[in-house]
Amino acid sequence: MRASRIAAPLLALILAAAPAAARFDIGRPATPDEVAGWNTDVLPDGRGLPPGRGSVKDGAALYAQHCAACHGAKGEGKPMDRLVGGQGTLATATPVRTVGSFWPYATTLFDYIRRAMPFDAPKSLGADQVYAASAYILYLNGIVGEDAVMDAATLPKVRMPNRDGFISPDPRPDVHAKRCEKDCG
Amino acid sequence: MRDETAGRKGAARAIDRRSLLGKTATLMGGTALGGVIVPLGARAEDGANLPPHVPEWSREQGAPILAHPYGLPSPFEKDVIRRALPNRPTATSASSLTPLQHLHGVITPNGLVYERHHGGVPAIDPAQHRLLVHGLVERPLVFTMDDLMRFPAVSHIYFLECSGNTKGWKTGPANLTVQDTHGLLSCCEWTGVMLSTVLDEVGASKSAHWLLAESADAAGMDRSVPIAKAYDDAMLVYAQNGERLRPEQGYPLRLLLPGYEGNMSVKWLRRIKLGREPFETREETSKYTDLMPSGKARQFTFLMEAKSVITRPSGGQHLAGPGFYEIAGIAWSGHGKIRAVDVSTDGGVNWRSAQLQEPVLAKCLTRFRLPWHWDGAPALLQSRATDETGYVQPPQPALVEARGTHSYYHYNGIHTWRLAPGGEVTNAS
Ligand code: HEC
Repeated sequence: MRASRIAAPLLALILAAAPAAARFDIGRPATPDEVAGWNTDVLPDGRGLPPGRGSVKDGAALYAQHCAACHGAKGEGKPMDRLVGGQGTLATATPVRTVGSFWPYATTLFDYIRRAMPFDAPKSLGADQVYAASAYILYLNGIVGEDAVMDAATLPKVRMPNRDGFISPDPRPDVHAKRCEKDCG
Repeated sequence: MRDETAGRKGAARAIDRRSLLGKTATLMGGTALGGVIVPLGARAEDGANLPPHVPEWSREQGAPILAHPYGLPSPFEKDVIRRALPNRPTATSASSLTPLQHLHGVITPNGLVYERHHGGVPAIDPAQHRLLVHGLVERPLVFTMDDLMRFPAVSHIYFLECSGNTKGWKTGPANLTVQDTHGLLSCCEWTGVMLSTVLDEVGASKSAHWLLAESADAAGMDRSVPIAKAYDDAMLVYAQNGERLRPEQGYPLRLLLPGYEGNMSVKWLRRIKLGREPFETREETSKYTDLMPSGKARQFTFLMEAKSVITRPSGGQHLAGPGFYEIAGIAWSGHGKIRAVDVSTDGGVNWRSAQLQEPVLAKCLTRFRLPWHWDGAPALLQSRATDETGYVQPPQPALVEARGTHSYYHYNGIHTWRLAPGGEVTNAS
């Protein structure tokens, strides 16, 4: 627990007496440049998306060159993860989880491609290319049209089919077993 | 002269014995060297190194010091290694399993700690590694490894379990060993600085409810962590079991979130960013979410609930015949301490309390043991853990009833090993 939540008046007293009590003066200030270089995560509302843009058409060419060998010509998978299809299967006996059927946010797609793909050359794509790849995968899933262009304004507005498919907080413990000792069924 | 001959003969015998052990292992599926569990005094030997003879190794100098400046296990233990599940499409987004059937006590030796990487093991020069802490903080700071090691240090023994450990939703093949079924589990003494200490150093804002932990690996593996966990028992770790982290465990720096699914204890940690809401990364949306029969998926299911498994006798092992055996295994809970472990030899009809090896620590493996006389009849061996919250490890059908068979993660059902009259132990879960 945070000390500040336990006894606020007491903490105020300590802070007044010794303002630097919690600090060791270890580490050095991060420069804005340093933060900017590493601060690449993208939030669902689009915060963190860089300038740039990419169309479905650009994405098709880029995908064929950099992604298709692992994810299939149309994102059908094999040898690696399937990226397309599966909508409507989540509640069936054979659920198929893909970007199109399962991912709640289009921004996550941009974030993940930028940090981790292509698998054999991660972090090698520029912002325009990542927008284009995202646009194409969304198009293959029928989520955006073939004329779509993705950028910092349009991508966060894409509504993913499974946007409301997640439950939190954690409902566990959801199974209540008994500690039976003798002649247990 | 005689000594030399005896030595050569001895060497030949040692090789014979090794190939014999190899054959036994092959017969049993290739993963169970030393898998024959023999009741006391029943092992057959050729006898030349046995009483009343003086063994060959007593009649010559052994290996010099520094033969291995960094020591190695005995060559006779060469099959006690991590193994991977077959048919993974890549070798860098992959996992390897701890050989639990060969371990004793609760500490996992560093070379046997399970691995799960999403982009391979980066080779990081610690002098060029930095931790950036920023976002909702008063002072964004950059730390070197030397900086982090200047903070007051703490050491704790905690288990680490992948939430994908044990795919028990459906019954698996009979030839699985406990390494196959439960090997995404290890336990180490971890040393580092409390995350709360570092958050105080940067002046974390009260409006920060989540933090993003990000790896420097090829995958940029990242997860959102609730701030309460950060102030509870989260550690920034640079050492395990007394030495600096192994590369595959996040060298030079990793996050360690006791009792939480292993994926969140981000390795090769380079960045912590404080924010108001979760960051919705790929690893907490596409993966590590638990799909329910309704088609909705549970998200942010962090805790590893109480679980246990018998490691001896276990799948792939072989009991040489009726007699005394100790049933032994491990139990753990992300909620805290293990309070009790019960063992059944009749498939869950009757249970007996096992002995817990002290000290029993929170969020740490607990070794349990039960003396047992096997009469040679078929048996179904099970263990059932209860933790300090009173939570009881459930049977498999109860889990399936609550969650269906597609949630993949967080399986903690009671595990069954089948013991046949011939002494073979096979997987029955
Ligand atoms: C060399 C093979 C390879 C190439 C080339 C490749 N990927 Fe991947 N991709 C993978 C692997 C392997 C994974 C799974 C990684 C993991 O789970 O750790 C993956 C995962 C993904 C995922 C996440 C799937 C999910 O449902 O979680 C997306 C999206 C993706 N890749 C997009 C791309 C794009 C876009 C490109 C081209 C710019 C690309 N990939 C190129 C191998 C590849």
